[in-house]
This record gives sequence, C-alpha cells and structure tokens, in this order.
Amino acid sequence: MSLLAIQHLSVSYGNIQAVSRADFTVDEGERVCLIGANGAGKTTLLKAIAGMLPVAHGAIHFAGQSITRLASHQIVHLGLALVPEGRGIFSRLSVQENLAMGAYIRRDKAAVQQETNEIYQRFPRLGERRNQPAGQLSGGEQQMLAIGRALLSRPRLLLLDEPSMGLAPLMVKTIFETIADVAERGVSVLLVEQNARLALATCERGLVMERGEIALQGAAATLAQDATIQRAYFGV
Amino acid sequence: MDIFVQQIINGLVLGSVYALVALGYTMVYGILELINFAHGEVTMIGAMVSLTVISALVGVGVDLPGVVIVLLGLLAAIPVCMGVGFTIERLAYRPLRNAPRLAPLITAIGVSIVLQNIAMLIWGRQYISFPPILPQGRHQILGATITDVQIAILVASVVLMLGLTLMVKKSRLGRAMRATAQSPQIAGLMGVNANTVISLTFILGSALAAVAGVMVSAYYGLAHYYMGFLLGLKAFSAAVLGGIGNLAGAVLGGLLLGVIESLGAGYIGGLTGGVLGSNYQDVFAFFILILVLMFRPSGLLGERVGERA
Ligand SMILES: Nc1ncnc2c1ncn2[C@@H]1O[C@H](COP(=O)(O)OP(=O)(O)O)[C@@H](O)[C@H]1O
Ligand SMILES: [Mg+2]
Repeated sequence: MSLLAIQHLSVSYGNIQAVSRADFTVDEGERVCLIGANGAGKTTLLKAIAGMLPVAHGAIHFAGQSITRLASHQIVHLGLALVPEGRGIFSRLSVQENLAMGAYIRRDKAAVQQETNEIYQRFPRLGERRNQPAGQLSGGEQQMLAIGRALLSRPRLLLLDEPSMGLAPLMVKTIFETIADVAERGVSVLLVEQNARLALATCERGLVMERGEIALQGAAATLAQDATIQRAYFGV
Repeated sequence: MDIFVQQIINGLVLGSVYALVALGYTMVYGILELINFAHGEVTMIGAMVSLTVISALVGVGVDLPGVVIVLLGLLAAIPVCMGVGFTIERLAYRPLRNAPRLAPLITAIGVSIVLQNIAMLIWGRQYISFPPILPQGRHQILGATITDVQIAILVASVVLMLGLTLMVKKSRLGRAMRATAQSPQIAGLMGVNANTVISLTFILGSALAAVAGVMVSAYYGLAHYYMGFLLGLKAFSAAVLGGIGNLAGAVLGGLLLGVIESLGAGYIGGLTGGVLGSNYQDVFAFFILILVLMFRPSGLLGERVGERA
C-alpha cells in the first residue's frame, strides 16, 4: 500500500484553482520528484499535503489515514515533514533553537540530542554557529538547517520544495547527497525541483506538473529520455 | 529629604507596575501584531476581584496576617484574569484573525468599554478602598524613604520579570512562542498549535496584569472601575517607548515612564513657577513619549519594522 495517496486533489486561492484533480502516490521508501514550470502549482500541492492550505476537492491519505482535513501541526505527528520553499528558518532563533523546534513533537530528549549532534557532524558549519541567530547563516547553510530541522521530527515522508534554489553548485551537490542519504535510511522523499535533470537522476519516479495538473508521470529514467521533457525542462 | 532620590524610588516602583502591564501588551503584539486595548481593563478586574476578596476576609474578621489576606486576594484575581484574557481572545479577536487590521483594533476598544461597564455594574461607580492591613514600615535610604509596600512591589516585579524572561528564552513553550511570533505557518509545520500558543500568551499576560492590579491598588490604596483606562494607556505607551514586541523594551519603557512621570510630578511645579502642578505629571510622561517616538519611531529597543520577517 502507498505511504501517500493523492486522489483528485484540487486546491484554490479564492477563484484561482492552483491545483486541479491531481492523482498520484508515493510508496514507502520511494523517491519521487515533481517538476514543472514556475507557477505550475508545485508549492501549492506540497503545502496542501502538509496541511498549510485547505483542500477544495479530493482526498489525501497518509500512512493509511485520511489527512485531508488535518492541520499541519497534527500531520507532523504522523510522520510527514515539509522543507518549505525559501527554507522558512526562524531567523531570530539560534541554529540550536531551530533544530529544537524541529524536535518540538518529541519527548525523547536523549535521542534528540544524539540526532542533533549527528546533524552537526554532517554539517560542521551548523555546529560552529549553533548559538548564532539562524538569519546570519548563508543560504546553503540555512537550507541544511531546514533539512536537519525537518529530519528531527523523524518523518517517514520528507517533502522538499526547491531545496537547491539560489545555491552555488557545490552546495547543491551537498544538499542532493544529503537527500540521497536520507532516502537510503528508508525515508520516502517527494522532491520539487527546478533542475529537472538532477531531480530525475536522483529519484526513481517523476511527476510533471503543468498549469495545476499532473500532466505526465512515470519512471524517472523514462521521463529523462522523453524528447518533449528534454525540450521543455532540460533547456536543450 | 532628598527629593530627587525620593522621586526616583517612587518612579521605579510605579514603573515596575507599568512594566508588568506593558509586558502583556508587548507579548500579544509580538505574536499577533494586535494592540489588545482591553488589557488595561484586565488589570482593573484584577484589582477589583482581589479587593473584593480582601475586603470580604477583613469584613468577617479572619485572623490572618494582612500579607496573607492580600495574597489570598491575589490568588483569586489571577485565575479570574486568566479566564477573562482567554475569553477576550477567543470571542473577540480569534474570529477576526484574518480580517483587515482595523477590525480587531476597533473590537479591542469595544471590549475595553464592555469590560468597564460590566465592572461598573458589579462594583458600582464609587472608589473601593484598600483596607489598611499591610505592614506600614518605612525605611531610610540615601536620604529618601521607601515603604514596605514599595519594597514588596519592586521585589515581586523583578522576580516576575526574571521568571518570564527565563520562560520565554529557555522553555519549550517560550521557544514555541518566539517561533510562532516569527511565522505561525512554519511553527505549525513543527507541530506547534498556534491557537494554543496564542491562548497561553493571553493567559500569561493576564496573570501579570492581575498582579499589577493588586500592586497598584495596594500602592494607591484604592481601586475604581475606570482605573484600567489610564493605567492601560500608560503601560501601552511604555511598551511603545521601549519598542513594542520586545520584552526587555517593555520593562525598560515601563521603568523609564515611571521615573519620568515621578520626576515630572516632583519638579514641574518649580520649573513652571507654579503654573503647572503635579497633576500635570501624565501630560509630562506622554510629552516625553512623543519626543522619543519622533526620533526613534520603533521605540528604544525596537527594531525597524522592515526587519520583522
Ligand atoms: N497566496 C496566493 N494567492 C493567490 N494565488 C497564488 C498564491 N500562491 C500562489 N498562487 C498562484 O497559484 C499558482 C501556483 O503557484 P505555486 O504553487 O507557487 O507554483 P510553483 O510552486 O509551481 O511555482 C500560480 O499561478 C500562482 O500565481
Ligand atoms: Mg514553488
């Protein structure tokens, strides 16, 4: 059974329908990417799944349970975390406090401490600056912080909204290595990414969104070979 | 007697009461960017409820020390104020959470008037006097006098302010409050229920207001259904003076306003050759407020508005 199942999902801003009748699933342990032009509705779709936007029509099931009408603060308890577009770190809280917020729903202090230290080992820059306001970090460091923070809620499914946006190539590489590692440990991933080539190379399956609809979906390798996709999204 | 030192002491005592009330304004503003104009009335209700309990206990002649009786009054006032603060948010502000900014502001003024009128119906229009049951000790310090009540107000305020600061800086709830103040949506993704945090903020601010209400009525020896208006206005001004949304700013603004007002009251007669009496102290305090805001619109410790994410 799928970990995440989206059925005929529509999401609107007032009269503007930003997502229309989306249908797809993400299986346990699977890596799925969602590509599409600016304004296609990718962010809207992720926000609706995470409970930040109300669902107009359709249903969202996660781990066998309907989350269609749940608020984001309830959904995170079920094991679904979103790394939002633009990172959404708390700039006035310290790096350490941002991570503590990621573990807000947890009571097992010792394990949280252990995992926080692991994040500092993986991203030494975060450890060095743990007591500084997170707003002082560079964009790439903030993205690492946002991912580390999301992982501290111990998600089964991690949604990432354009984690490479505005980052230098070396930083993009680090971020994608991290995503691969996370998936390696059994966390399912739904990745929204502008860099379609990189996204399809990282994931097993791909979804293509156009004007609010899932226009195409299939194995990432197949999509990467598709001439229309190459023309539209690879910039060739 | 040294008038200057005396007015500084009086000002700090008064200012610490302003600061406690100002903290309530600033905490709510920090999270909702809402001016809870009814907060002064919550302070008034704290004073009224505690005085009612204190008078009743004194009236039936209970054999307890005055301090204990006042503490019992406070113990009754705190939960009542917490309930009032919670209810105000729930009924008056929450339904308007996504309305244009002006709507909750007007509502706040409306709630304030409603609470004043309810208080007038319950307690009447007359002044209620504080029974003289507290220790009346007077101590000399630097050529001035400080009373037992003044010492108690100062000590209790410092303890409460330190406690609040510690809570906001170190505790899980305090962290959630600061995260929610920055972005309720992102805090929600972390599992924070913004409504719960907002309710707790009102409850906490109202508890401080209850204590301030008891302090101010013990200090002046009376309470009145209308006392929340000026007290609230001054505490709000103190919060703005210090930089609204900033806890340290509320404390600094409160103390400064208290001291300025006190010095103003002490010297204004002499400075104006007797044209303006000490009853002009309120004007003096607001005049300073306007001056500060002309040069630092965001308040003494406030950040420029653009810096709020
Ligand atoms: N808060 C909003 N209010 C109204 N329309 C919005 C809002 N956010 C996004 N939209 C519109 O919804 C559509 C999808 O936006 P979005 O989900 O951000 O796309 P993407 O993430 O694929 O770039 C766009 O046309 C955008 O203009
Ligand atoms: Mg987007």
